[in-house]
Amino acid sequence: MARIELNEVAHSYLPKPVKDSDYALKRIHNVWEDGAACALLGPSGCGKTTLLNIVSGLLIPSKGRVLYDGKEVTALPPEKRNIAQVFQFPVLYDTMSVYNNLAFPLRNRGIHEKAVRERVLEIADILDLTDFLKKRAAGLAADAKQKISLGRGLVRSDVAAILFDEPLTVIDPQLKWHLRRKLKEIHEKLKLTFIYVTHDQVEALTFADQVAVMFEGEIVQIGSPQELFENPEHRFVGYFIGSPGMNFLECTLEGNRAHVNGTEILLDETTAEKSRNKKGNLALGIRPMYLGVHPNPGGDRVKADIRMVEDQGNYRIVTLKLGKHTLKASLSEERPIPEKEAWLSFPTEWTRLFADGWLIK
Amino acid sequence: MEKWPNNRAWLLVLPVFVIVAFSAIIPLMTVINYSVQDIFGPNQAIFVGFEWFREMLADKRLHDALWRQFLFSGLVLVIEMPLGILIALAMPKKGWGVSLCLVTIALPLLIPWNTIGTIWIIFTRPDIGLFGAGMNSLLGIPFDHTARPLDAWITVMLMEVWHWTPLVALLAYAGLRAIPEAYYQAARIDGASAWSTFLYIQLPKMRGVLTIAFLLRFMDSFLIYAEPFVLTGGGPGNSTTFLSLYLVKIALLQFDLGPGGAFSLIYFVIVLLFSFIFYQALERIGKGDKV
Repeated sequence: MARIELNEVAHSYLPKPVKDSDYALKRIHNVWEDGAACALLGPSGCGKTTLLNIVSGLLIPSKGRVLYDGKEVTALPPEKRNIAQVFQFPVLYDTMSVYNNLAFPLRNRGIHEKAVRERVLEIADILDLTDFLKKRAAGLAADAKQKISLGRGLVRSDVAAILFDEPLTVIDPQLKWHLRRKLKEIHEKLKLTFIYVTHDQVEALTFADQVAVMFEGEIVQIGSPQELFENPEHRFVGYFIGSPGMNFLECTLEGNRAHVNGTEILLDETTAEKSRNKKGNLALGIRPMYLGVHPNPGGDRVKADIRMVEDQGNYRIVTLKLGKHTLKASLSEERPIPEKEAWLSFPTEWTRLFADGWLIK
Repeated sequence: MEKWPNNRAWLLVLPVFVIVAFSAIIPLMTVINYSVQDIFGPNQAIFVGFEWFREMLADKRLHDALWRQFLFSGLVLVIEMPLGILIALAMPKKGWGVSLCLVTIALPLLIPWNTIGTIWIIFTRPDIGLFGAGMNSLLGIPFDHTARPLDAWITVMLMEVWHWTPLVALLAYAGLRAIPEAYYQAARIDGASAWSTFLYIQLPKMRGVLTIAFLLRFMDSFLIYAEPFVLTGGGPGNSTTFLSLYLVKIALLQFDLGPGGAFSLIYFVIVLLFSFIFYQALERIGKGDKV
């Protein structure tokens, strides 16, 4: 078990990186506490896997240092780091039995056969693999295979952290849920540091206590699922988390009113105050669930055209047109929805302002 | 939903049937026809039953050729399979070296077979050949593949290994390249040694292509004709007379079509039988629930 620290890490796959865009990872400075369940969330190609491979030692970063419990391991190969990694596709030793698969990492480290047996049986029990131990690993279903990959990490009692690289990609939806719960259970039981890479927000938000959202080689925000939802620090977080993502409207500021091509939206005093000195492109952001949709005008409501209503079961998603902007609002099913036109209200406590993509706070 | 048999669909199978008939069935039937008759001339033949089979199976020279053939194919497999895998493992994985290696290695495969025999005749000639003359005059080791059976065998084996190991290497290389990077990464994380990685990842993952390589090399080496025909002509004596050389001698040079036909069928059955056994055995290694 260990606290994992990344100190000013950057990585480029090019031999001589010059520009900022040459780097797959721009600048990562981050600490994962011992025993934490963390997720790295981001779209494909944002550098998640690169970051994971740097933590595990499969890649040596171009810049920066990696520390386990304060000890520098940047240049150490994975076998010297006491790290385990579960890959996107189940990686098994096809010709071996499940038992031998689980025993393999221990045997490679010269551990006595009796101790190996004890440990393998213990881990097989946790993972519900006891019945399969004598079977050949190649013949099992995808979820059992993925559990074996995980088991090969868990058998090592000295393992510092377990890294997951989109481990549920090949699992059926039904089993996905089951396996995710199993992971959570194992985390609570063994108190290991889990780092979980995924592009699926549901997976990240249900699995982890702490989610780091990555975008174009940078961690744009780290926080609890709730923080990420309520206070996205970057436009990307707002857009990527939540379904549908946050609405953004380019605007200019005048006093405590935002001008969105012609219409005025009232802002919170303090936000407006802080925004006054900001330079760069301003945008106003609001979550679809906080956007008020009313059948008649009043107060600071602004008029919008309704374009589409999608029924999602217990809520409905309304697509609206405000000038040239398209907005989405999600409404509970019992709320009436006007037919053609609606008046929108922007509750000041949920309306955020972003300057050049970053939240003003 | 009910399905109607559409007999016109058989028409679509017809072209394949015709091709197979002319390329395999009719020649095979002809051979079977020969094998049970004593043929004196174009219109003179009498039915002899299994007489030719009995005679060929008891033929001492055929036995010798058969053992020679097994020894040859055995050596070919024992040398070419590991060597091919070794070459594949040593080949570069990326960069310009890959193309260079692939082309260089594939060169022997592109040369016509009788040309290969000719190349090796010249190469191993004791008087002027680079190899033969080199052995004789530079190293002082007497070497003459036209006079000494062992030298003839060494020459034929060298030629065969030079000619066909590239095929094994290319297949093994393709198999290696198809292994996802994650397997190697997992092996590193599990602390596997290079040998374990080879034994538990690379070798099992290459099983499919190696099965193909094994069967191809077995069949081709068992049927080898052109190269030894050009290089040694089966000599000195009968020391490199493999089955096909002996068969040609009987069927075409002596024009004994009956015994030749019987021989061909025996030959065919042996190749088929061993290919089947090998295939089953190699498949079994890969499957099965228990280890």
